[in-house]
Amino acid sequence: MRQGAGPGAAIFVLALAYGAAASVAGWGLAVPLVFSALGFSGSAQFTLLTTLSSGTAVAAVTAAVLINARYVVMSVALNDSLQGGRVHRAVQAQALADASFVVAHRGDGRFDIPRLIGASVPQWLCWVTGTAVGLLAAPSAHLLNAVGADVTFPAFFLMLALDEVRKSRRAIVAALLGAAIAAALLFVTTPGNALLGATAGALIGAIHGNPERNRRGEQS
Amino acid sequence: MRLWLPVVAVTVATWMMKGSGPLALGDRQLPPTAVKVSALMAPVLLAGLITVDLGGARWTDLNWQQVVGVGVAGVARTLKAPMLLAVVFGIASTALIRLFLA
Repeated sequence: MRQGAGPGAAIFVLALAYGAAASVAGWGLAVPLVFSALGFSGSAQFTLLTTLSSGTAVAAVTAAVLINARYVVMSVALNDSLQGGRVHRAVQAQALADASFVVAHRGDGRFDIPRLIGASVPQWLCWVTGTAVGLLAAPSAHLLNAVGADVTFPAFFLMLALDEVRKSRRAIVAALLGAAIAAALLFVTTPGNALLGATAGALIGAIHGNPERNRRGEQS
Repeated sequence: MRLWLPVVAVTVATWMMKGSGPLALGDRQLPPTAVKVSALMAPVLLAGLITVDLGGARWTDLNWQQVVGVGVAGVARTLKAPMLLAVVFGIASTALIRLFLA
């Protein structure tokens, strides 16, 4: 649970912004709250909120679903570490969240599932609570910007990334590759697609180099 | 209904995507090469999330004050500051810059 406290704080600020934006958009109280409680996906919720007001429902749903397509890749990566039957595993995988995926990663392609769930629970609580506070208090976008709230989310992800890349030289290369792919794709496609494309950076793991050199590199 | 239907659609799609690995693979193990790839998924995903969050669609959201704040947080963490404190340094840096520019 302690592992989810840091990301939870960042998620609370993000949820505050989501609640405030939903309030301004006239979504009422019930829809954003139920969406946060059941959907538990900041990127998809923000995408739906912003695209629904400017386009058709089908286009908005498609955009929100595409931005979450990374969960397919993450779910496949997680599967070997899950226990039980197909449905039981799929239920456990509902604890997937970006920060929890990283916190639960043991560094060898395996994941600590109790840790994944333990990290997601406080994040879920912060996400739902933050949405409620945002809906009720409705802080202005100007105020959130003035206090630097927009730094919270990327800064927390940077903290997690720094811990991850310390694990191996390959992780550094893969992260840089992922960032470069996302950066290039942002010019030509949506953020959701850019994020999905960035996961191709992990394919560097499929390149077989000199095992001795790799081992030495990963120990350094 | 205008709001509920898209919300329900996105929620169910998210559940399906999160459960897609176990639903498609069951208890079959990934081949060793795929395990090596999945071991790098976390750092790659984080790097992508940071880039996409800072840049936004077609890089229109890029804001140097935000980038400085994130950079300060990164430097503080590299200098062994605790995670929460490092993020607070980053947020405070951006807030101070914006205060001076206002």
